[in-house]
Amino acid sequence: MMRWFKQPPPRGVLLALLAAGLAACFAIEQFGLVDDYVRFVLITLGINIILCVSLNLVNGWMGEFSVGHAGFMALGAYLSACVSVKWLGWGDPLWMFPLAVMAGGLLAGAVGLLLGLLSFKTRGDYLAIITLAFLMIVKSGIENIPYVGGPRGFLGIGNHTTLLWTAVWTVLTLWAIRNLVYSRFGRGIVAVREDEIAANAMGVDTRKAKLAAFVVSSFFGGVAGALFAHQLQFINPGVFDIVKSTEILVMVYLGGIGSLGGSILGAAAFTILAQVLQPLGTWRMVILPLILVLLMLFRPRGIMGMREFPWFVPRREFPAKEDKK
Amino acid sequence: MSALLEVRDVTMRFGGLVAVADLNLEVTQGHAHGIIGPNGAGKTTAFNVITGIYTPTAGDVLFRGEIISGRRPSAIARGGIARTFQNIRLFRDLTVLDNVRIAHDAHARYSWPGAMVQLPSARRAEQESIEHCTDLLEKFGLVDAAYERAGDLPYGSQRRLEIARAMALQPSLLLLDEPAAGMNSAETLKLVEFLGWLRDHFSVTMLLIEHHMQLVMTFCDRITVLDFGKTIAEGSPDEVRNDPKVIEAYLGQEDGHE
Amino acid sequence: MDYFAQQAINAVQLGSIYALIALGYSMVYGVLVMINFAHGDVFMVSSFFCFLLLLVLPVPFGAALIIVMLATAILGVAIERLAYRPLRNAPRVSAIITALGCGLVIQNTTLSLSPYSQRMPELFVPVLQHFGGVTVSSLQVLIIGVSVGLMIALDFFIRKTRYGMAMRAIAQDRISVPLMGVPVNQIIAMTFAIGAALGGAAGVLYASAYPVISATMGVLVGWKAFVAAVIGGIGNVRGAVLGAYVLGAVEVFTVTILPSTYRDLVVYSLLLVILVFKPYGLLGRPSVQKV
Ligand SMILES: Nc1ncnc2c1ncn2[C@@H]1O[C@H](COP(=O)(O)OP(=O)(O)OP(=O)(O)O)[C@@H](O)[C@H]1O
Ligand SMILES: [Mg+2]
Repeated sequence: MMRWFKQPPPRGVLLALLAAGLAACFAIEQFGLVDDYVRFVLITLGINIILCVSLNLVNGWMGEFSVGHAGFMALGAYLSACVSVKWLGWGDPLWMFPLAVMAGGLLAGAVGLLLGLLSFKTRGDYLAIITLAFLMIVKSGIENIPYVGGPRGFLGIGNHTTLLWTAVWTVLTLWAIRNLVYSRFGRGIVAVREDEIAANAMGVDTRKAKLAAFVVSSFFGGVAGALFAHQLQFINPGVFDIVKSTEILVMVYLGGIGSLGGSILGAAAFTILAQVLQPLGTWRMVILPLILVLLMLFRPRGIMGMREFPWFVPRREFPAKEDKK
Repeated sequence: MSALLEVRDVTMRFGGLVAVADLNLEVTQGHAHGIIGPNGAGKTTAFNVITGIYTPTAGDVLFRGEIISGRRPSAIARGGIARTFQNIRLFRDLTVLDNVRIAHDAHARYSWPGAMVQLPSARRAEQESIEHCTDLLEKFGLVDAAYERAGDLPYGSQRRLEIARAMALQPSLLLLDEPAAGMNSAETLKLVEFLGWLRDHFSVTMLLIEHHMQLVMTFCDRITVLDFGKTIAEGSPDEVRNDPKVIEAYLGQEDGHE
Repeated sequence: MDYFAQQAINAVQLGSIYALIALGYSMVYGVLVMINFAHGDVFMVSSFFCFLLLLVLPVPFGAALIIVMLATAILGVAIERLAYRPLRNAPRVSAIITALGCGLVIQNTTLSLSPYSQRMPELFVPVLQHFGGVTVSSLQVLIIGVSVGLMIALDFFIRKTRYGMAMRAIAQDRISVPLMGVPVNQIIAMTFAIGAALGGAAGVLYASAYPVISATMGVLVGWKAFVAAVIGGIGNVRGAVLGAYVLGAVEVFTVTILPSTYRDLVVYSLLLVILVFKPYGLLGRPSVQKV
C-alpha cells in the first residue's frame, strides 16, 4: 500500500483539504453548480454519516445494541422544527438555524442520558428492549401532541439545511467523535465492549463511559434529525420508526463497527444503495434487512470493522519513528 | 506493622452454596501473602469480593483501615487494588499498548467534553499516557509488541501483559490469581524471579493464589490455607507446611480426586 | 359493574392471545438466551397462512388451526436453521440483529405482497349468550378455551416429558448439558417449532376475533406479546402467561379511560417502568455471571 495511506498527512494538508471541501460546498450552494437531485443526495449523505458514526459509538465501539436511534432523530427533528417554525420563526436563519439544531441535539442528548442511566441496571439484550420501548414511546408520544401536528405531521418547516451547514455538522461530528474515541473515555467505552468486568477491575468507570457514549451518540442523532427535518420540510411520526433505525443499523454494520472510516463508507454505500433501490418500493425494505442478516452471517464486523483509515487517527497513536525496525 | 488489607468475617453465598465462610485475612504492607487451597475452596471468590465484583453476603473488607466492600469495583481499583484473573481477561481486540493505557487512564483527570474539543490538558494527558505506558511495557519486555493485538500474543506474554496492565494502575496491593497456571517448572522458576523483581521494583504488596506449592513456599512471607470457604491454617511457609490440618486437606483431596 | 365484567372478558380474550405468542418469545429466550424479534412476524404470517388456506379450501376451524400450526412450526424451524444456528457461537449482538432483520424481511415481504389489509372469511359463526348485562360470544369462549388448553398442554409437556425436561436442562445450564448427551440441536429446533406453532394458533385465533389482518400486526400485536414476556420475566414460561394477562388487562382498561391513541404509549411506558424497578420481570430471576 502507498505510504500516504498508512500515515496521516501533515496537519496543514488536512486543514487545506477541509477548507477546500467546505469552500466547494459553499460554491455549489452559491452558484448552483449541481442540480437539485445531486444536492439532495449529498445532503442526505452528510446526514447519514452523522447518523452512522453516532450510532456506531454505542453499537460499534461500545458493542451494545440500540435500535432507538430513529427516536433520537425524532426528538431532534421535532424540537428543532418547533424552534425554527414556532418560536424563533422570525429570526435570521444564519443564527437561528444553528440554535435550532443545537436545541434538537441537546434534547436528544438529555433523553439519551436517561436511557444511559437505565442501561446500568440491565444486561445486553435488555438494552435492545429498552431502546425499542423508547422508540415506540417517542413515536406514539408525538402522535398524541396536537401542538406538533400529531399523527398528521409537522408541516411548513423552512428549507434551511444547506449543503454547507450539512458539511459543517458532518465534519464537527466526525472530529468530536474521533477525539472522544481516542481519549480515555473512548478507550473506556471500548473496554466495556471487550470485557466489562475486566474494565471495571482496571479502574474504568464503566457507568461514566456508558453515559458518555449514550449522551454523545444521542446528541448527534438529534442533530441529524434536525438537519433531516429542515431538509425534508415535512416530518411525521411514522418517518421515525423501526425501519429508519434499521437503515442506520445497516449503515453501521455494513461500513464496519468501531470505525470512523467505516462509518463514512457505510453511510456512502447505503445512500447510493437507497437511491438505486428507490424504484422497488416496499421491496426495498425487504432487501435492506436481508443485507443486515447476510452481513451478520458472513461479515459481522462489516467492511472496516475495528480498523481505521489512518487519516482519522491522531498522530500520537502511531509508533514513534525511532522505534521502527 | 499495620495491615494494608483486612478481610473481616466475610461470607459469600450463592443461593444455597457458601463459597466463602467467615473468612478472616490480614495482609501486611510489603508482604507477599499466599492463598492456597484445593479446587473450589473459594479463593477466586475471595478475590472477587475484595475487588468489589461481588458484595459480600456478610462481613467487611478494609483497605488502609477504610471499609471498601460495597464500593464499585472501579472505585476500589482506583483506590489502589489491582488484579489479574485466573482465566486471562485481556482486552483481546485492542493493542498491547491500549490494554495498559486503559488501566493507566484511571488516574487521568480531563473531562469528556474536554476530550471532545481537544483541550490542551487532554492532549498533554494523552501524550503522557503513551510515554508512561511505553516505558512500562519496556520494563515488562513487551515494548516490541506494543502495537500488536493483545489476543495474538503467545500465552506467556498474555499473562505478563495482564500483570503489566494491573501495574499501570499504580496499585499498592496486587492480587494475582494463579500466575503460574499453565507453566512448566522452568517457566515457574522464572516467574518467581519475575515476581521478586516486581515486588522490589514497584514496592507493591502482593496477595497471590497459587496451586504451585514450590512457588508459594519459596516466594511468600505468609500463607493462608482455605478449604470449603474456611480458613484452616495461617502462618509462615514453615508453619503451614507442617500443619496437620493442611496435610489432611490436601491428602484428603488427593484421595478424593486423584 | 356489567361494563366492567364485559371489559374483563375482553381483557382475558386479548391476554390469552398475547400469552400464546409470548410463550414463543420466552421459550426461545430460556433455551438460547436470545430475543427472537422475528417471532411477532411469524405470528403475523400465520394469520396470512390461515387467510390463504381458507381462500383455497374452506376447512372447518379445527382443521385450519392444526394446518396453520404445522405450517408455522415449519417456518419457525426454517428460520432457526438458516439464520440463527450459524450464529449460535457468535456474539449475542449478532443474533439479536439477525432476528430483528428476519422479522423485518418477513414483515415487508408480506407488506409488498399484500399492501392493504385483508378481510378474513368467517371461520366460526359465533353464538351470543347474555348473562344479565354481559354478552359472551361462543367465539370468546373458544379462544380462551383453546389458549388455556394449549398452555396446559405445554406446561405438562415441559414438566413431565423427556423432551421438556431436556429443554429445561438446557435453559438451566448451557455449558455442561450438551456434554451429557442431550441432542441440543434437536431440542432447540423443537423449541422453535413449539413456539412458532403456538404463535400460529394465536394467528388463527386473532384472525377469528379481529378479522382484518395486515402486515403490521407483527409489530402492533406481536411486539406487545413480547412486552408481555418481558414483563413476566423473559425466559420464564409461567411468567409469560402472567405478563400476557396483565398486559391484556392494562390495554383494555387503558382504552376505557384514555383515548385509544394512548394505548402504545401506556404499554411501552409500563415496560420501561417494570424494567427499572424489576429488571428481570415479575417472575424472572437474575443470572449471576461467574468470573
Ligand atoms: N457466581 C457464582 N455463582 C455461583 N457459584 C459460584 C460463583 N462463583 C463461584 N461459585 C462457586 O463457589 C465455589 C468456590 O469457587 P472459587 O472459584 O472461588 O474456587 P477457587 O478456590 O478459586 O477454585 P480453583 O482453584 O478451581 O480456581 C465453587 O463451588 C464455585 O462453583
Ligand atoms: Mg480460582
